[in-house]
Amino acid sequence: MNHSAAITAVTLVGLATTVAGTFGLRRARTTSDFYVAARSVPPRRNAAAIGGEYLSAASYLGIAGLILAYGYDVLWYPVCYTAGYLVLLALAAAPLRRSGAYTLADFAEIRLGSVLVRRCASVLVVLIGWLYLVPQLQGAGLTLTTQTGAPPWLGGLIVCAVVLAAVAVGGMRSITFAQAMQFWLKYLALLVPALVLLAVWQHRGDGTAPGYPSAPERTVVTVSAQTLVRVPVGETLQVSGHVDGKPVDGPTMLARGEHRMGAGSTVTLERGDIVPVITSLPSERNESWLRPLGSGKGHPLYASLSLIIAICLGTMGLPHVLVRFYTNPDGRDTRRTTLGVIVLLSLFYLLPTLFGAFGRRYAPDLLLSGNTDATVLVLPERMIGGEAGVLLGALVTAGAFAAFLSTASGLTVSVAGVLSQDVARAGRDVQRAHRIRSFRLSAVATVAVPYLLSLPSEHLGLAALVGLAFAVAAATFCPLLMLGIWWSRLTDIGALAGLLAGGLLAIAAVLTTVIGGAVRGWPGALLEQPGAWVVPIAFTVMIVVSLATPGRVRADTGRVMVRLHAPEELAAELRVLDRSSH
Amino acid sequence: MTSEPGRRVRITHPRTDAARRAPARSASREIEEQTRLGEVYMGALIRSQRRLAVIMCTTIAVVLVGTALLGAATSRFGSLRMWGVPLPWLVLGLLVYPVLIGLAAYTVRHAERNERAFTELVRRR
Repeated sequence: MNHSAAITAVTLVGLATTVAGTFGLRRARTTSDFYVAARSVPPRRNAAAIGGEYLSAASYLGIAGLILAYGYDVLWYPVCYTAGYLVLLALAAAPLRRSGAYTLADFAEIRLGSVLVRRCASVLVVLIGWLYLVPQLQGAGLTLTTQTGAPPWLGGLIVCAVVLAAVAVGGMRSITFAQAMQFWLKYLALLVPALVLLAVWQHRGDGTAPGYPSAPERTVVTVSAQTLVRVPVGETLQVSGHVDGKPVDGPTMLARGEHRMGAGSTVTLERGDIVPVITSLPSERNESWLRPLGSGKGHPLYASLSLIIAICLGTMGLPHVLVRFYTNPDGRDTRRTTLGVIVLLSLFYLLPTLFGAFGRRYAPDLLLSGNTDATVLVLPERMIGGEAGVLLGALVTAGAFAAFLSTASGLTVSVAGVLSQDVARAGRDVQRAHRIRSFRLSAVATVAVPYLLSLPSEHLGLAALVGLAFAVAAATFCPLLMLGIWWSRLTDIGALAGLLAGGLLAIAAVLTTVIGGAVRGWPGALLEQPGAWVVPIAFTVMIVVSLATPGRVRADTGRVMVRLHAPEELAAELRVLDRSSH
Repeated sequence: MTSEPGRRVRITHPRTDAARRAPARSASREIEEQTRLGEVYMGALIRSQRRLAVIMCTTIAVVLVGTALLGAATSRFGSLRMWGVPLPWLVLGLLVYPVLIGLAAYTVRHAERNERAFTELVRRR
């Protein structure tokens, strides 16, 4: 495999991001610029920047890989990523912008006037941010390893370095420009290969083959660590290494069922050989893969519904999503920018589906190595081959790196902002130079922890990890925002109770899933997709405790509501609105 | 009437005069000072925006959960094909996106309309 093209692509993307980042350096003089790009970003660029930031490793790589493995049910991920923005638009976009808050922690304090709730919100922002950053760094490591053979820890390190360079230098303003550029780069990086692959597929006239996925041509797969695989149909394969503890070299008869492949074994799949599947992935026939609820997971309907709840409601609670809104000049613009984001996301999410479906047909050997997240990276060379394939592969690699960089940048700015302001207490009453230094130090802490967490080789799959971050956000910030914006009887104690209940339950479910491994049956399904039960519990706790402490409702709640809901034109007449809040 | 011919005389009741002399309180002032009238104004706006939000969320829920249940309930849904592509993939992979965009455009338009109506109402006084 030609590595130099990919290395060049990655280097170019890294350089371009840093350069674009320093464009903002000239103007980023005040701390406000650092955090919020001085609220002068034109709406169309902001929509592209939000889109660029939002399309993370999960969207770029993870979805296609999951579709290859699980089929139709994975389509809910991209739909709900987009629908989450629609929910945000309907419920929170304009009022949040009008509140004048920079971060979710700010909103908590503005709405409820409680420093305790603010602290709790800050901790949650940092935790969710870290949870979301880990898959980005893992994705970077995976991409670099797949395309260039570099050691796995290098990719994440590169992303951390570039992000820190751009963020520490110019803050939010500098990354906005970079992110807008990155959206279009990411989109084209998938669109061009997708169109080419589509043409190739039409030309070949291959339909979806019935039966179990089989290799389309001779493929050699190396199993890096000892792996348990399931052979759906008894067959003879060329294996050299160890099978079930016995050394083999040559045609090996594998009976239907599970077998253990030794570390370093190579399996040579001839054209038409049915692919053995690693036991952590389902080994379904293609007919089942095509159908709703045919993913092979336990309780698929519950999993889909819970996923819908977690992602649709969790979008509004993601730290990097909300901070980006404050670069809009007013509430009305925020709504329109959000509409633009929904259009851009819709255009993008048509593509991973194509890659996943092609992957099932042309790269099913990824089911054996378990490395399905590499589907997008691997397909161009598989389906096209030759120079064109290498170039397209490099393009896709560039897009993937742009994905990690933009999401990681956005997350780092928002999480570092919270760490610096709320945890390190370098807030508004501290000298400017000190504030910026604190921000930069916080940025380092923000990337260091997820990087260290991303290093252990066992990972859950990029899209699944991201889904868990959504679940925590849905269980904590969604109730806070929905009740805070639309219900005047929310109290600070109620909010605190709800945040703690939702947060602790969701994080417990996340930790059990990540560390504990696969649990069978209903408990496993409930823990893997906790949205359906954690979110209602959080809402109930918040509502009940608020109703039980009516004395804690702020006297000037009405004033805050005016601030959140009154249209911009009346602002001059209503002195309540503090237009000059910086 | 002892007016000279051609001279105009103003006839009003003393109470009307007194009422007119009191300064008119604008609606903005009511809202800003959080009087009960101000609360009525804001409450009306918040209620109309909240109604829009609830309608939107319910529609989204019906569309998404409906599609999920459709896939679960009938196996016919899974076996239909259109243009060579299975129908469920066409729905969830392609057709749902224009629906989401349409709902978003609807939300933006109606939220702005609510705000415009409110602004006119407040400014009229």
